[in-house]
Amino acid sequence: MDSAIRQWPADGVTRVPYWVYSDRDLFEDEQARVFRGPTWNFLCLEAELPKPNCYRTSAVGAMPVVVTRDSEGRLNAFENRCAHRGSLLCINERGEARDIVCVYHNWSYDLAGNLTAVAFRKGMGGKGGMPPDARPDENPPRKLRVDTIGGLIFGTLDAGAPPLETYLGPEIVKGIRRVMRAPVRVLGSYSQMLHSNWKLYMENVKDSYHASLLHTFFTTFRLNRLSQKGGLVISEGGGNHISYSLAADTGGKEYEQAGMRAAQEGFGLEAPEMLRHVDEYGDGVGLQILSVFPTFVLQQTRNSLAVRRLVTHGLEKTELVWTIFGFEDDDAAMTERRLQQANLIGPAGYISMEDGAAPGFVQRGVNTAADVLSVVEMGGRGISSDDTRVTEASVRGFWTFYRARMGL
Amino acid sequence: MDVETTLKVQNLQARYIQALDDDRLEDWPNFFTDQCRYLVTTADNLAQGLPLGLIYATSRAMLRDRVRSLRDANVYEAQRYRHMIGPPVLEKGEGGLVHARTNFMVARIMHTGETLLFATGRYDDRIAPEEPQGPRFREKVVVIDSRVVDTLLAIPL
Repeated sequence: MDSAIRQWPADGVTRVPYWVYSDRDLFEDEQARVFRGPTWNFLCLEAELPKPNCYRTSAVGAMPVVVTRDSEGRLNAFENRCAHRGSLLCINERGEARDIVCVYHNWSYDLAGNLTAVAFRKGMGGKGGMPPDARPDENPPRKLRVDTIGGLIFGTLDAGAPPLETYLGPEIVKGIRRVMRAPVRVLGSYSQMLHSNWKLYMENVKDSYHASLLHTFFTTFRLNRLSQKGGLVISEGGGNHISYSLAADTGGKEYEQAGMRAAQEGFGLEAPEMLRHVDEYGDGVGLQILSVFPTFVLQQTRNSLAVRRLVTHGLEKTELVWTIFGFEDDDAAMTERRLQQANLIGPAGYISMEDGAAPGFVQRGVNTAADVLSVVEMGGRGISSDDTRVTEASVRGFWTFYRARMGL
Repeated sequence: MDVETTLKVQNLQARYIQALDDDRLEDWPNFFTDQCRYLVTTADNLAQGLPLGLIYATSRAMLRDRVRSLRDANVYEAQRYRHMIGPPVLEKGEGGLVHARTNFMVARIMHTGETLLFATGRYDDRIAPEEPQGPRFREKVVVIDSRVVDTLLAIPL
């Protein structure tokens, strides 16, 4: 990339240059500065490692990682790469194991990622093997510092990262603890392959302005009208956010008056029981979307709860991994509610399906417009919390945090 | 299974996939009984005993809601499917139902011309053979082999 082009525009985060979505060198830089930098990356739920001596694979950006719970119940995470020839250590998504043995040449590791044995290290019958002064663990899999909050496991590769709760900020900590109110029961998972840069999906998550305009199911059934009481919370530095709204409908006519596509009078569901929910948190909040830089989303849509994370397979190829959950204390009726309301989310979700496509629409639109700028001025130019969601403040927050990490 | 039932099931399934592939979505709920169960899930969720679906409906009314949402609310690029199904393996189920297990492959053809092998999997159907209007699905569980869906799943499988 020509460094003359790679200058952030003078207007700051109210303008985003389109090369950020199409520059190959930048993608590689992000892996180092964002994902392997001083950020906390969501790895998986504690409930996905339910007992000692088990593992599951995950990713930090594009880097494959293994997350384990060892025999003492401690959580560990390390790069999924053998110290020997670099093969993946775990080729399955999940499993039980007392140690991790590389499939290629049987080098063994404990569940903390320490090399414990090299097959035939001393050779056989006095022949072969490694020299006595060899250092087989010279290039070990990189270890992550791991911390948890409310059953969510985060990891960082940078010793300079602040403590997790400091990184999240007090409002985000509160927002996470609110949703993660009890031990988790996983209901299932799936992925969506997005044909876009990872940042386009995260902008979509943080963009509370689009929600009721693109997702017409949402608005038509008054799940998320902008006229409903709600707001936006942005952490210091802009990296993390919460967008929320109350479940009650204030009956606003703003949409109808504006004649927008979203408002179709008289549109009702034949089987509205799909949407019936209970106020399980007792605070009237029907929607809470929470994000943590770089790529974590915690979602409460009524009784539908999910964590989402991204795997950056390539510049324009991003896997969105959904894990949908309830709690161990859910009764059968609550589980059924969650399964019914899961119709709202995921690749076939009444309100989420468009989010799989919209980032791709932008990607296709801007691939030949690297030096053009997008306009991000809804709700002004700042990145502060607000009691409206007709704003792009958290998108600007994302870019503020991103630029600081990237030195752009 | 007798030949007549086998032909009935094959005919139902052939008409079902043709309705979807011909974009006659409004006909789609009519292949089900009033009280029914339609679930699209992944082989991985099923293997782990996890109940989550990508699409989950418990009545024909819910299927009609989905069609109306696809027609009037959801935004997605113009696309078609082409289903190919194998011969069903039939067994007698409980309550006079016929259990049919049928492999499928679905190509998705975008308006741009891009054609993708979008989904492979199996239908686990519980079919009521003697409904007044002919055989109908009491239950259709669509088990997709992959846990990854490309972009989005709009049109039902």
